[in-house]
Order: sequence, then C-alpha cells, then structure tokens
Amino acid sequence: MGSRGSTLSKIPNVDKLMQETGFSQAHIIRLHDRFRALDNDEKGYLCPQDFEAIKELAMNPIGDRIIGAFFAQGPQQETVDFNSFVKVLAHFRPTDKNRPKESTSPDPINSRTNKLKFAFQLYDQDKDGKISRDELLQVLRAMLEMQVTEEQLESITDRTIQESDTDRDNAISFEEFRKSLDKVNIEHKMSIRFLR
Amino acid sequence: ANCLARYWPCYVMLTGCSVTPLLVFIIVPAILGVSFGIRRIYMKTLLKIFEWATLRMERGAKERNQQLYKPCSNGIIAKEPVSLEQEIQEPRGGGGEFDMSDILYFCRRGVESIVDDEVTKRFTAEELESWNLLTRSNYNLHHISARLTVLWGLGVLIRYGFLLPLRVTLAVTGVGLLVVLTSIVGWLPNSRMKKYLSEKVNLMCYRICVRALTAIITYHDSDNKPKNGGICVANHTSPIDVLILASDGCYSMVGQAHGGLMGFIQKTLVKACPHIWFERSEVKDRHLVAKRLSDHVADKTKLPILIFPEGTCINNTSVMMFKKGSFEIDCTIYPVAIKYDPRFGNAFWNSSKFRMVTYLLHMMSSWAVVCSVWYLPPMKREEGEDAVQFANRVKSAIARKGGLVDLLWDGGLKRSKVKEVFKEEQQKLYSKVLVSRQEDPEHS
Repeated sequence: MGSRGSTLSKIPNVDKLMQETGFSQAHIIRLHDRFRALDNDEKGYLCPQDFEAIKELAMNPIGDRIIGAFFAQGPQQETVDFNSFVKVLAHFRPTDKNRPKESTSPDPINSRTNKLKFAFQLYDQDKDGKISRDELLQVLRAMLEMQVTEEQLESITDRTIQESDTDRDNAISFEEFRKSLDKVNIEHKMSIRFLR
Repeated sequence: ANCLARYWPCYVMLTGCSVTPLLVFIIVPAILGVSFGIRRIYMKTLLKIFEWATLRMERGAKERNQQLYKPCSNGIIAKEPVSLEQEIQEPRGGGGEFDMSDILYFCRRGVESIVDDEVTKRFTAEELESWNLLTRSNYNLHHISARLTVLWGLGVLIRYGFLLPLRVTLAVTGVGLLVVLTSIVGWLPNSRMKKYLSEKVNLMCYRICVRALTAIITYHDSDNKPKNGGICVANHTSPIDVLILASDGCYSMVGQAHGGLMGFIQKTLVKACPHIWFERSEVKDRHLVAKRLSDHVADKTKLPILIFPEGTCINNTSVMMFKKGSFEIDCTIYPVAIKYDPRFGNAFWNSSKFRMVTYLLHMMSSWAVVCSVWYLPPMKREEGEDAVQFANRVKSAIARKGGLVDLLWDGGLKRSKVKEVFKEEQQKLYSKVLVSRQEDPEHS
C-alpha cells in the first residue's frame, strides 16, 4: 500500500508508454499496481518465478509458453521491467476500429497482425519464423498430455500440417498461419476488456 | 532537555491523572462484562468524518479537473464467462478436430490471469472506496486540500500520541493480569470453583485486550454459541480472531508450542484451562493430532476447541479451502463467520510483508477494529459424506453468512505450488471438446 498518488512519477516515460500501447493513464496505474503485487520481493522487475507463482497460470496447459512470451526480447532475457510488461499486455487491448489507415505510421501493438504474431510465437519456440512439425507436436502434447495416445497426437499433427502447409516444406510459416486463421475472429479471441 | 529533566515529575503526574480515569472507565466494564456504548458513538462519529474527508477529496479533484483514482473493487478487467467448449465451438478455418486457433483460448486465459487472478488478490489487503484518514490506505494524497491535511495531522496526533500509548498500556495490563491470575487459579485443586474462576479470569482479561484494540464487535445469534464437546471453526484473517472469539466464550485453543514469551504465556494458560499445545515434531503426525483432539471432545467437561481450518490468514474477502483434519473427528461442528469492516482499518495480517509486532502496532494505531461475528447453527457430518465434502459444506455456510466469496482454492497456495491435477483438469476438458468435434463434424 502507500501513497499511490505519486505512482505516476515512479513510472518512467508514462506519456511515451501511453502513446505506444494505447492504454489510458488509469490503466497504466492499475497495471503498475498489478506489477508491484506480482513483484513479491520488490525488486522493481519480474522474473519467471514471479509469473510461475500465479496459480491460475500454472494450471494453464501452455502457461510456461505464455511466460516465455514476456521474456522474448533478447536471447537470455531474465527480467521484465514495467515497460516491457505493459507492451506485451498491450497486444490484448481490443483493436481500435476507427483508426485511420496511415501507411507511414507503424502498426499499433494491438493490430490483428501483431496479435497473430504473438500467437505464432507461442508455437514457434525456436524463433526461426516457422512452426516445424516437432513444435506443433509439442504444443499438442502440452494441451492434451495424458488424454490421448502418442499416435493420435502424431496423426493430428500431420493432418494439421497437411491442411495449412501450402508450400509443402513440412512447416508452417507466418503467412500460412495467418491464412489458416483467416476466418477466425482474432480481434475478439485475443482481446481482453480493460475496465475504465 | 533541561525542561524535561526539571519538570518530569509534573509530566508523570499529568499523564497519570489523565490516564487513570480512562483506565478505570475501560477496565471496570471489562471486568463486569458491561459496556457504556462509548465505542459505538465513537464509531459513528468516525464514519461521518471519513465521509466528509472523501467528499472533500472528490471536490478538490474536480476543481483541478483531475481524475480521482478510485480503486475499482470489480477488478481491472472484465473476464468473459465463456467456457472452453463454448469458445472453441465457434466457426474456424479448417475442418479437422484440432485447429491452430484453439491455442488462442488458453493464451487469452493465461494473460487474463497474469493481469488479474482470484488467488493473488486474496493475499493482499482489500482496497477501499472511502478514505479512513490513514496514509497507508490512500491513493490520492496529492488531492488533499489544506483542511484535510490539518485533519489528517490531528488524526496522527490523536492516534500516535494518545490512543497508542493508552492501548499499549491496556494490552500490557491485560496480558499481565492474564498471566498472574491464571497462575493463581492454576494452583487451585481441580474443582468446579476452579473452572468457574478460570472462565471468569479468561473472559475478563480478553475483554481488556479487546478494548486495547478498540475493537467494536457485534455478536449475532449468540444462542448458537459453541458448547462443550464440540469444535468451533471460523475463517481466519488475523491473530486477533482468537481474541474476538475468546472474549465472548471460553475455548480450548489449539496451536504449536512456542518458545520465549509466547511459550511462557502458553504454559501459564494451560495450568488453569486445558489447551492443546503441540510440539513441532508432533504437528506432522496427523494421527497423533487427531487422537488428541478426539480425546478432548470426548470429555464433555472440557471446553470446545477453537480451530481455524484455512490454516493461514486470508484477507477477509473470501474463504479458502478448509483443511479436512478437524472434520474427520466425530463430533458437532460449530461454524463461526467473522467479517471485519474495512472502513476503519485493515485487519488482515500479511505475514510475508509484516512481522507480528509491526502488525500489532498497525492495529493499535488504527482508529478501531470493527467486526461482526455470526454464530451459525451447529452441523454434523451426514451419512455418506466424507470429510472433504463436509468441510466444503461448512465453508459455504460460513462464506454465505459473512458475505465472503466461497473459493475452492487452498490457502496453502500462498506458499506452495499448484498441484498437477489442476492442469490435468484443463487438458481433460480440451480433449473432450476435440472428441465431440470428431463425432459431430457438421456441428462446427
């Protein structure tokens, strides 16, 4: 607890952060409270253990991959500061429908493409730009584990690759991924409604 | 300093003169078990002041055209109550059972839990809507006007300069009397007189301690008060819970035998009244624990046992899983719900953040501790009900009465990792969806 009135002064570059992510000032303050609540030892940054301590996340079959997405900036990244934390969460802001299309300005973090890229990296753990058969198998295994046999897992994997892999390189590139999710309402499924 | 040296007898007399009548006003009613109602008037006045303070802050913020930071008790995000099955049934690309988009559901749920999860927020103190003049619970300090600052400053003076020393004195008196009188009673031979005296002494001393915290307690449904040969279970928010219950009835307490001052108090208490103190080594042996508890309840002359089945302090917005140990014993359970009023001060003990002494100091420098206690009707384990189901039934009853959220999560999660079985549940659900798709491909 303590005087939150001075919270804004504790966060560096609030305006820049607001501009980049699209979060309002109130959201940033709430996220900062959450950041501090997760940061048990008051280090000022988060490490994987802080995320692993969230019980609901630990019970999520792909929980560790989601945690990995926060530490994806650099190869050996071990800490997440508040700015990075907010930028990753910005992917889940609902898309702004009335944004004018300017080809010069970069895509906002919560655009459909960037949301898809976030989902893609959950599959593509080695970051080579393709989802290999093995990577797909691993995700399926994480989501199903004891519930199906190894053969069933393999057959599901093969079938999925067959459907999506248009250039027949036995891997799914980002474009193929995007194409196979064409009809999916990404804006809805990958958005979290932030109150106020 | 010179001043102090010369006039110190004056100061002592002055303090003595002002403090003594107060002590008399407080200790005598405690002994007799009556109340003047002063504390309730105090409570009503405080509430009016808090409302005024909050209004002033809002007005001040509006004048400056700024937004007041209002802690939203509904949480930061709105979680869609859509289940796994509903979400994944929506039309997607591809016709097979598994779809690449299935991962999106888990992904979103995962990130939702990073932003706001049910468990972590139970272990941090509850956020308030109005300000209670304590800086520890204010988020808008930069909105304070000059008048409010004066009021707050006055509040600090009163709390730390007057209330705190008074309360500390009372607490020391209470504990001291408890130790001395129970020792005396302990020397008496076992008889009805000893029991009677021990009850009176305990009640009196706990009442003094309760006044030492300026605790304003409302007891409801006192005819359901626990009787001998039963176990009393209650939800746990702070160590003060014991005081609150013990000042209205006599219980046998259960706990670990400590060393030092605490251990000394424990040993003295047990001379007058049969409490159950376990050595650390005995705590691990569940059969031993169960046996001692069973023996105690079987003896109808012994007092009801007081147990907090959550096993740890929760922040009083919810009730967490009850450990089944006390529900395996064959006896009547008397559930009790304790709900603190957060407007006056935060009673939750965050043991990872504050030590016991710091916590007690916080409590004693707050305005008051206001709470309600509901004695629920006794419950017994039914035919075909196992200990866990019984424990959950009792827990729901307590949660409902106290207006708390009934959670399935284990309080022990504060310190330990989630069991693999929870992850398996999620996997099972997902595989069921895949199978249903396989069997009914047109449906998707």
